[in-house]
Amino acid sequence: MRYFIITLGILILGVVLIAGRRGDLSRNRPMQIFPDMKRQAKLRPQTANGFFPNGFSSQLPPEGTIAQEQPLTVGGRAVYSFEDAPVNTGRQTGSTNFIALNPFPITGGFLARGEREFNIYCAPCHGRTGEGTGITKKIGAMAVVANLHDKRIVEFTDGEIFHVISQGKGVMQGYASQIAVPDRWAITGYLRALQLSRLGSVDDLAPELRAKLQ
Amino acid sequence: MSAIFPKWTNKLPLMIIIGGTLTAGAVTAGVWYYFTPKYFRVGYQPIQPVAFSHATHAGQLGMDCRYCHSTVEKSWFSNIPSSSTCMNCHNQVLKDDPRLALVRESAATGKPIPWVQIHRVPDFVYFNHSVHVNRGISCVECHGRVDQMEEVYHAKSLSMSFCLDCHNDPASKVRPADKITDLGWTPSEDPNEAAKRQEAFGKKYVHDFRIESMNNCSACHR
Repeated sequence: MRYFIITLGILILGVVLIAGRRGDLSRNRPMQIFPDMKRQAKLRPQTANGFFPNGFSSQLPPEGTIAQEQPLTVGGRAVYSFEDAPVNTGRQTGSTNFIALNPFPITGGFLARGEREFNIYCAPCHGRTGEGTGITKKIGAMAVVANLHDKRIVEFTDGEIFHVISQGKGVMQGYASQIAVPDRWAITGYLRALQLSRLGSVDDLAPELRAKLQ
Repeated sequence: MSAIFPKWTNKLPLMIIIGGTLTAGAVTAGVWYYFTPKYFRVGYQPIQPVAFSHATHAGQLGMDCRYCHSTVEKSWFSNIPSSSTCMNCHNQVLKDDPRLALVRESAATGKPIPWVQIHRVPDFVYFNHSVHVNRGISCVECHGRVDQMEEVYHAKSLSMSFCLDCHNDPASKVRPADKITDLGWTPSEDPNEAAKRQEAFGKKYVHDFRIESMNNCSACHR
């Protein structure tokens, strides 16, 4: 009996020593004891897959492909993403002139959306206030970050701001792949609000709001 | 008359009972402790091709998760960022650093970086990121404090019972929509107060976000 208990003890100790505890860090892939169709021969996004010659599961669409999509509604008209429309390019149709005003109506919800997107995608460099004092500037990682309150940028039309967000400018790369079109316009609207916060005067306020300030 | 069995065999039934119980107990405990995703999956930390630190980017620099994982609110899967996203900053920051050689090569040639997937539910589980993220479930609930991880590891079990814990009681996990990517957020510093507030707004959000806690099989298994 004594030998049995000692053997059992050594066995348990051995298992614990080899197998470790729950949550121990390990470089090895989790074991699958019962496969149970957990891994199936199907395409999963962004994985290697031998089905296509280039080995990607997420294929780039062939050139000229038109996405199946829900069109944007701008000014009561449906606009698809392949169209040369001001909402997609920031330019007047068939010209290189930038449009002056945001094609979307400026509402509270639209600006709130813009604020959120601005704080995600723009604030790391330009800072939450747009002064160009984001974290990359603070740690000295980037030499040049534009101050969005510069006269030069304030004088941009809405279309030009949209174009810079989409295509980039100077060392800034475009954000067209990360931010959807309506969200880029929302950022444009929110940037206008940020700029106005520096340019406005008390006289611009409605009388009842002005009274509150004093 | 000499005994057929020696005297010690009188104790044999007792020994069998004790030995059997001990063995069964040890085996049960071992299976209970080890044969679960809490052991298999938690702590999986593969070596990644590029030594990207979430602790630096999401923690120290305070970048939002969605800067890189930009499809998480719109798509069922959360994307691994394209290397051009890395180059948004790294065309200037550490632009000649050897640690980023693979990223630069990938951005220039389109050759993918072979990142190793860590969190992967079985192929018959249809988890949708956008549905959760847009309804007040934070990244941290399934992925842990990624903003504190130098190298990402599997922090939660992601077993079926893990999913059901929340699906049975979503009010205990929902949070304000603007705190989704704020991984360290709690309703209050004081745990008692935090629990009280969670209970109060949890019910409200479950109603406001129109959360249906789907417990039928086909919600996830198709």
